[in-house]
Amino acid sequence: MPELERHSFDVLVIGAGGAGLRAAIEAREHGLRTAVLCKSLFGKAHTVMAEGGIAAAMGNVNSSDSWQVHFRDTMRGGKFLNNWRMAELHAQEAPQRVWELETYGALFDRTKDGRISQRNFGGHEYPRLAHVGDRTGLELIRTLQQKIVSLQQEDFKEFGDYEERLRVFQEFTVTDLVKDGDRIAGAFGYWRESGRFVLFEAPAVILATGGIGKSFKVTSNSWEYTGDGHALAMRAGASLINMEFIQFHPTGMVWPPSVKGILVTESVRGDGGVLRNSDGKRFMFDYIPEVFKDKYADNEEEGDRWYTDQANNRRPPELLPRDEVARAINSEVKAGRGSPHGGVFLDVSTRLPAEEIRKRLPSMHHQFKELADVDITAQPMEVGPTCHYVMGGVEVDPDTGSSSVAGLYAAGEVSGGMHGSNRLGGNSLSDLLVFGRRAGAGAAEYVRAMTDRPTVSEDIVTEARATALKPFQTEGGENPYTLHMELQQSMNDLVGIIRRQGEMEEALQRLEKLKERAQSLTVEGHQQFNPGWHLALDLRNMLLVSECVAKAALLRTESRGGHTRDDHPVMDAEWRRKLLVCNVDGDGVSVEEKPQIPIRHDLLDLFDRAELEKYLTAEELS
Amino acid sequence: MSYQGKFRVWRGDDSGGALEDFTVEVNEGEVVLDIIHRLQATQAPDLAVRWNCKAGKCGSCSAEINGRPRLLCMTRMSTFTEGETITVTPMRTFPIIRDLVTDVSFNYTKAREVPSFAPPKDLAPGEYRMQQVDVERSQEFRKCIECFLCQNTCHVVRDHEENKEAFSGPRFLMRVAELEMHPLDTADRVDQAQEEHGLGLCNITKCCSEVCPEHIHITDNALIPMKERVADRKYDPIVWLGNKLFKR
Repeated sequence: MPELERHSFDVLVIGAGGAGLRAAIEAREHGLRTAVLCKSLFGKAHTVMAEGGIAAAMGNVNSSDSWQVHFRDTMRGGKFLNNWRMAELHAQEAPQRVWELETYGALFDRTKDGRISQRNFGGHEYPRLAHVGDRTGLELIRTLQQKIVSLQQEDFKEFGDYEERLRVFQEFTVTDLVKDGDRIAGAFGYWRESGRFVLFEAPAVILATGGIGKSFKVTSNSWEYTGDGHALAMRAGASLINMEFIQFHPTGMVWPPSVKGILVTESVRGDGGVLRNSDGKRFMFDYIPEVFKDKYADNEEEGDRWYTDQANNRRPPELLPRDEVARAINSEVKAGRGSPHGGVFLDVSTRLPAEEIRKRLPSMHHQFKELADVDITAQPMEVGPTCHYVMGGVEVDPDTGSSSVAGLYAAGEVSGGMHGSNRLGGNSLSDLLVFGRRAGAGAAEYVRAMTDRPTVSEDIVTEARATALKPFQTEGGENPYTLHMELQQSMNDLVGIIRRQGEMEEALQRLEKLKERAQSLTVEGHQQFNPGWHLALDLRNMLLVSECVAKAALLRTESRGGHTRDDHPVMDAEWRRKLLVCNVDGDGVSVEEKPQIPIRHDLLDLFDRAELEKYLTAEELS
Repeated sequence: MSYQGKFRVWRGDDSGGALEDFTVEVNEGEVVLDIIHRLQATQAPDLAVRWNCKAGKCGSCSAEINGRPRLLCMTRMSTFTEGETITVTPMRTFPIIRDLVTDVSFNYTKAREVPSFAPPKDLAPGEYRMQQVDVERSQEFRKCIECFLCQNTCHVVRDHEENKEAFSGPRFLMRVAELEMHPLDTADRVDQAQEEHGLGLCNITKCCSEVCPEHIHITDNALIPMKERVADRKYDPIVWLGNKLFKR
């Protein structure tokens, strides 16, 4: 056996998207030796795909905005299932986090008076999203990447070594977390390039691995989104909450087949784009749910006036929260009023001058022209729902990002609670910054307060290595690509946007069979940059996480946000008081109910009683 | 709608390799990356390729298609005829790791050599005020997805390994320009561009701009204006005399 490469750090951050990089910056600024481990090249993380903007109540465009209004919108969007403390911290701290990016060198689009411009988005009462055209995620990732470089330059000046206190290990995959008794002791993984194994010893690990979309066939997510952090946390003994809530973004590309699922930003609607069915009808007016009736226009004239006069008009229903719009599109297609390729029409060409479209939506213009031969300044787009985001994740302490396992932290999409049953657009990037920073600080405090550092036993390392190498030892078994495709098809068809008891039971049976077959996964070739092997290892995580989704979804007998039951179509206030908690149980998953934490009174007072009655039980209101 | 396409894909590692022929199904609307993925799933499970977003936003899947530096995910199969053999090779300027994957660490080294944004000391977070027209110049350069195709194609380093030390390449000369044109950056970057990053080696053949998948005007809007600023300072006779007399 070749000698094992070993490193020792104070804090390990797994994932180099917005949350991971912000966490790493914070840990490093607390003076701790920090490493970032990421599956892709530095600067390529999925955050780069975010388009619309960062939600923060700065009030630059409408001065009526405040953290309280942002908090309210977030709770409404999540149908009050959100962890209220997370929603509160998020709304309060998002503006600071955005302004801080400017000091790192970010260049947002400006208002006339030179401040950061803010745009409208679904579910947000005021224009709230700081943005750069429709490439805000790229700006965020590049800004944080460049901030990390600047910290490394400081270290170079001080120590003569760029990587003295902050080092990025890129194209590196973590396969297992390592513990010493009940505490985190580090992580084990492999270089994708060489396939060589590495042991990181560290008392604190921050998971910032993003989501799980690659378990679904139609998704806006990249190959990295295999639920690694979700699965690593579970196997280390932490629990996941809200895994039944998956956001299907209403507008993904549907044609050509090879780009099916790629995101079409919500900014198209925020900037005036409308949804039409094959009859040319703006169908969203037929789908305004009872709880939102007083906030949304019930006719086209009022909806259109809102773009220029928000004080005296209600917003158009195209800007309802994403779960509502996705379901509406699904219904239209089912009723036979879809577009030729099974979506609906999203049209901005008749709403804005061509020049304005190119300016506000440059990357959408580019994407449709290059990939679909569609000129969005002259033609409508065809769009349909795509698996976009998982609201569920590691159950964390809101203030520090700490999981139930000592030394294990989570931030961003891999953590659960902040968004309740449905995330508002724009709240993801701000989530990454607010809770990335908090997790970095939380981990730093934990390491500082520690009296003795954990150690790693050699047995654990031997076992982790054997698990990772297993696919090479098996012959003539299952092809990982085939297994992956079957998993994606099952999740898409049976635990997708609209769910039924029988189908989810079938999904669970299929998952059992897939798990069995995964025992005999076989890969060809050797360990050096071998995508077949990488997929085989990722499948272990996808299967575990998919089981969480299917089991939790089967148990929740109501419809709420990103969980729609055909057989239980109504939202039930009793269910709002319950969280479903997933834990590892043998080689599978167990799901248990847990009471939701009651919302603090002064936060409840921010809402009208009439609105609260739509969500809360009589007992909670008394 | 679908047909059997002919592909030649370079396979090998740092010890050597060769083009390998494949015949593979091609469907309507697909891009070259779809074909590479189909090869992985059906014929060559260990074929190494770097990719992420498959939407032209992350800049991971850079390679050379029929000798042209391109993103695999943004090159549509419909731009080729059905009978054509399509050759896919790794970027030539960087060392091979395996198959289509190259070692792009050169770029990360160069990125670290550009001094970071120097914020104004008298402004607190939230106090920054800039006009849209003033941020737009640098915003164009910040569209860069770091696919490194410009670095790959630039002849200063493509065929001259010996220049790699002195030359940061179009991507990072553009980064210097971006900071120089940032309305609130307080550092002076003009001398640096010439002396530390090798701006003088660029002879504005515009190859970088031509291959940029984001259509950034690297040469016209970043490199030439930087060259002009260098020339103003270095070769303006009055500035030159002033420098001699008063020792900057």
